[in-house]
Amino acid sequence: MARDAIRRDEPRRRGLGRRLVIGAPYLWLGAFFALPVLIVFKIALSYPELAQPPYAPTFDLAGGWEAFVAFLGELSFDNFAFIVSDDLYVAALGSSLRIAASSTLILLLVGYPIAYAMAKASPSLRGILVAAVILPFWTSFLIRVYAWIGILRPEGLLNGFLMAIGVIDQPLTILNTEIAVHIGIVYTYLPFMVLPLYATLERMDDTLIEAAQDLGSTPLKAFWTITVPLSWPGIVAGSLLCFIPAVGEFVIPDLLGGSDTLMIGRILWSEFFSNRDWPLASAVAIVMLVVLVVPIVLFREAEARRLEESR
Amino acid sequence: MPVVDKSSRAIGAVRQSFAPWNDASARPLIRFEGVTKRFSDAVAVDDVSLDVYENEFFCLLGPSGCGKSTLMRMLAGFEEPSGGRILLGGEDLAGVPPYERPVNMMFQSYALFPHMSVEKNVAFGLKQEGLPKDVIAVRVAEMLKLVQMQRFAARKPHQLSGGQRQRVALARALAKRPKVLLLDEPLAALDKKLREETQFELMDIQIELGTTFLMVTHDQEEAMTMADRIAVMDSGRLVQVATPGEIYEQPRNRFVADFVGDVNILEGAVAAREPSGLWRIAAPGALGPLMVDDPDERLDPGQAVAVAVRPEKMTVTRERPEGPNAFEGEVWDIGYLGDWTVYRIRLDDGRILRVTRANTTRFVERPIDLEERVHIGFLPDAAVILSS
Repeated sequence: MARDAIRRDEPRRRGLGRRLVIGAPYLWLGAFFALPVLIVFKIALSYPELAQPPYAPTFDLAGGWEAFVAFLGELSFDNFAFIVSDDLYVAALGSSLRIAASSTLILLLVGYPIAYAMAKASPSLRGILVAAVILPFWTSFLIRVYAWIGILRPEGLLNGFLMAIGVIDQPLTILNTEIAVHIGIVYTYLPFMVLPLYATLERMDDTLIEAAQDLGSTPLKAFWTITVPLSWPGIVAGSLLCFIPAVGEFVIPDLLGGSDTLMIGRILWSEFFSNRDWPLASAVAIVMLVVLVVPIVLFREAEARRLEESR
Repeated sequence: MPVVDKSSRAIGAVRQSFAPWNDASARPLIRFEGVTKRFSDAVAVDDVSLDVYENEFFCLLGPSGCGKSTLMRMLAGFEEPSGGRILLGGEDLAGVPPYERPVNMMFQSYALFPHMSVEKNVAFGLKQEGLPKDVIAVRVAEMLKLVQMQRFAARKPHQLSGGQRQRVALARALAKRPKVLLLDEPLAALDKKLREETQFELMDIQIELGTTFLMVTHDQEEAMTMADRIAVMDSGRLVQVATPGEIYEQPRNRFVADFVGDVNILEGAVAAREPSGLWRIAAPGALGPLMVDDPDERLDPGQAVAVAVRPEKMTVTRERPEGPNAFEGEVWDIGYLGDWTVYRIRLDDGRILRVTRANTTRFVERPIDLEERVHIGFLPDAAVILSS
């Protein structure tokens, strides 16, 4: 009763403070996400120029309305047309998606057993295991990728070990191949796959598995019919968390991949820094954003609707 | 005191027509033989031997941690006994995995699969058997009809109320027509009114299907209402296995007397056996010796015993009652429950006895009030002697 009374009084008192609190994240997203995307989009519609900044037209408020109309007239979608028509970009985007997809699949196959074992461990051990999964973050990502060069290069640790135990007599070429890129991505993104999976598996009620077995399901069948479907949210979350950044990955293919490893992140980097073609680089970034965001938004909406229906 | 003819007497008002446990030729469906379960640091089940018969509604009753659930989980196959054997229909279940045992369990949390509809949940076990689709459909419909859930076949578990979920869990566990249905605290999650209704529904279903039910509960009322026989457990051991009537009217020891229902325990010592067959017990604080009609023959004079009397078998009056068993005290508390009134009466030595009285009329002349001096009495056959 008393609580109701307090609640009824509340709307009168909440005002500016409440709105500020709700508005803060929107402000943040507007300033650091929406605005930069808009700026990048605008640059993508420009053309390169040897100037500072290295593109034109530039937006000048001092010129008034006519200058603004002229500015609008100079913008064009040429960069996008170029990207679509040029095989390099399409191929780079395609191979990025392919490498990201196969890496995500490997991540899922490696991460699921790890997360499952963590969730089944004793509660006291779980904390330690979670800490162990997060531990690599204490070292810089870049340094860890460099370390893989030392492991994978022809006279590196891996080849040395394999030759010492006599499995091979010629060093394997792993560094500067797509295999090395896969290894790098799987290694780096593993925590992002394991943690969401662990979160859903840990919450799962063990009596459901017992019930399935009680009803005649072998442990393996119970795993496929109960555990996997119920961990679906974790599978989706983990896969998205790995797939999205993997598509745009630059450092890993640059350090571990060969010159023939085409990935959109590297193209973007070279357009931006080597060619100093900011507009084209921006257009590549926008295309990548669209390619990634649109399907994800659609997917999430479908998922939300599915959840809504089952509710 | 006249000698009572005991030939036509039976303990408790329970169903008399079904008693395979008294039939020497009957073979048990489930047999626990010296079953022990040790966990790393504790003994959960300690040398339990128990027979359960076909068509029986059997209940394991005890406080939490007494080992009743572990005993049931061993029958389901989720735990392996550390010692002893479990036989089902004469076959040793050792090494048989849970998914190959012809028993099904209804879990306390119901453990319905949240991503499957009611229909799919009920069909789950049948699908594992690899039955043809049309057979499954018929059986599922039959089960849903049994628990009156046909209308909810397409719903998901989270769209159901607690009582509805309980029904689905029951239908799912019965769908495979198990030899034994295991019920783990089946009504614990329901509210009181629904629990009482469901108790009788479960009994009806049990009689209709003729399936052997093995239930685990800590709720003595639930056990008393539903079970043909009850096994009272304490710290991993069986304390008493008997019909509800025997458990209540002839408890074997203090633990059973105290755990099942309310009881007044009166300490005393055996004085002698009267020619009428009654035991004379010297009990300090009583107005004279107590007379108790107990069939126990092995009591020795001077032996310390406890006389247990249920509150409803005692009377509270202003005048001293006729007969041998009487106490005097002061009314300490009165609790009016509608159907019953509970009097807590403080004896002069400070002990408090509980007496209940059925409120058979709406108006009472001169009701007994707080702080009044009253007498408590009971008949010789209302009490039972606990020797251990």
